[in-house]
Amino acid sequence: MTAPAQAPAGQNRALRGRRTPVLVLVGIAVVAFGVSAALCYGAGIGGWVLTIVIGLILYLVGVFVAVGRVEGRRAARNRVWGTLIQLAFVLALLPLVSVIWTLISKGTERFDLNFFTTSMNNIGARDPEGGAVHAIIGTLEQVGIAALITIPLGVLAAIYIVEYGRGRFTFTIRFFVDVMTGIPSIIAGLFVLSFWVLIVSPWYNNGQPAFSGFAAALALSVLMLPTIVRSTEEMLRLVPAPLREGSYALGVPKWKTILKVVVPTALPGIVTGIMLAIARAAGETAPVLLVAGGSAALNINPFNNNQTSLSLFVFQQASDASRFSPARAWTAALTLVALVLILTIAAKLVAGRNRIRR
Amino acid sequence: MAKRVEASGVTAYYGAFKAIDDINLIVDPKTVTAIIGPSGCGKSTFLRSINRLHEVLPGARVEGKLTIDDENIYEKDVDVTAVRRMIGMVFQRPNPFPTMSIFDNVVAGLKLNGMRRKSMLQEAAEKALRSANLWDEVKDRLNKPGAGLSGGQQQRLCIARTIAVEPQVVLMDEPCSALDPISTLAIEDLMFKLKDRFTIIIVTHNMQQAARVSDRTAFFSIERTGDPGRLIEYDSTQKIFNSPSQKKTEDYITGRFG
Repeated sequence: MTAPAQAPAGQNRALRGRRTPVLVLVGIAVVAFGVSAALCYGAGIGGWVLTIVIGLILYLVGVFVAVGRVEGRRAARNRVWGTLIQLAFVLALLPLVSVIWTLISKGTERFDLNFFTTSMNNIGARDPEGGAVHAIIGTLEQVGIAALITIPLGVLAAIYIVEYGRGRFTFTIRFFVDVMTGIPSIIAGLFVLSFWVLIVSPWYNNGQPAFSGFAAALALSVLMLPTIVRSTEEMLRLVPAPLREGSYALGVPKWKTILKVVVPTALPGIVTGIMLAIARAAGETAPVLLVAGGSAALNINPFNNNQTSLSLFVFQQASDASRFSPARAWTAALTLVALVLILTIAAKLVAGRNRIRR
Repeated sequence: MAKRVEASGVTAYYGAFKAIDDINLIVDPKTVTAIIGPSGCGKSTFLRSINRLHEVLPGARVEGKLTIDDENIYEKDVDVTAVRRMIGMVFQRPNPFPTMSIFDNVVAGLKLNGMRRKSMLQEAAEKALRSANLWDEVKDRLNKPGAGLSGGQQQRLCIARTIAVEPQVVLMDEPCSALDPISTLAIEDLMFKLKDRFTIIIVTHNMQQAARVSDRTAFFSIERTGDPGRLIEYDSTQKIFNSPSQKKTEDYITGRFG
């Protein structure tokens, strides 16, 4: 019986590589940043930012050389690119983390009951109290009314475009919706100012043009509608045709198929689109300034008299000279972000109940 | 209860393109008829014209007469959804509704057409699942999502969904082509069982399957690409596979073409 053939030793080694020990990488990092720090602070050419940049470059070079020696060129390139990608991720995350951190650290100063229960009515430049209840109500009412207008309109328009639309007319609708997504918010504000505030509102106000929260809601609708139409349209298109055919084959009429099969399947995506639109609208300042006028006192009637919103409140407080205003501005900003976050989570929960978990 | 399907001069167009030309055939109640032929010869188009499902594609239309028990479903005042309630369809890829549980999937046809009584729905679901040979496998998890089953189970779920509405005719468009051999066998056994209650018309690429399950077989073919599909021969399965009268049929069966 012949002895079993032995694979030459070199072939076995080709499958297994050596791994650079983690300590080596740590060592390279220490050396890189050490050298960089010495260079920057020693030679006085820069501060901590330059230290980090030079340190990173040296680290990458060091890693490339070290890993190249131990694991080979390909592994070295892989390591360098991997590090660069992780770096890009961290860089992208930095502004977000920075904003959240700043909001929380600066916004908690006035995060008290007084802030949420009082308005700026009768608050002078020397008064430390004062709050944003009028702004919160304003935002909720304006965005709420805008949502009530745009969600049915937008979703139904998207359903028409996807399920019923044919030919030129549909193409024209989609084209104009696309154009509308790019309208700057101040233009939407100007449009509502010239149309609603200056022309229509005098009919209800004894010939005098009047600001109102409703006008702001209209302007926000102009901004929200295209987003909702487009994202709903995309989500409906993603529902596969065989799903619709399966429903038709059961003898279910078209409108019921859309209502009970297509829309529920696309619902999570539709809700995301709606929340994006709401988040954008809640943060718009220019239209509210132009057509709702801003107000220091609480006004719960959106159809009559000036109103303010959280974003407008932030703007006004930030430009205010009083030394108590910056704190209010920060807290209002934190409230706005928290509000949108809560709305988004609530909406996801409601939509998520629709999808059965595996 | 199962009805007789008769096609006379059925011609189908997708816009200006003629997909099938002058199809004439009669399908008797409580039989299984297989439609075979090369790709692109209009088998699926013909099948979909039976329950008027081709109409969902824009520009599609059918000329000719198609009667279910002597009622022409292409008359002007015919309600399409009523036709589709009478003629069920199982598709090539299983398509359970993803947002619904297994139970909701099976009774979808009934629920969406107005049946509300829980007890009736439960009865109908159990009957349909038993008929589809799926009851034992899913009876303990009727509330789990329909999409969580294996391919063969999903297809049987779709079959259960189709027969839950008690149609007269069941159309199957290559129902086993996405499944493994064991699941295919399960579905073929199912067809034998369902033959007693429904008229079944199945399109299949698999000639052995046609030979196994069908009573009669129709062979469709096309001259060249771009030509409309035509019915070449329609006869009992025995005759088609053992002594076909058309040369084209024989060429196809023996694998000399297509």
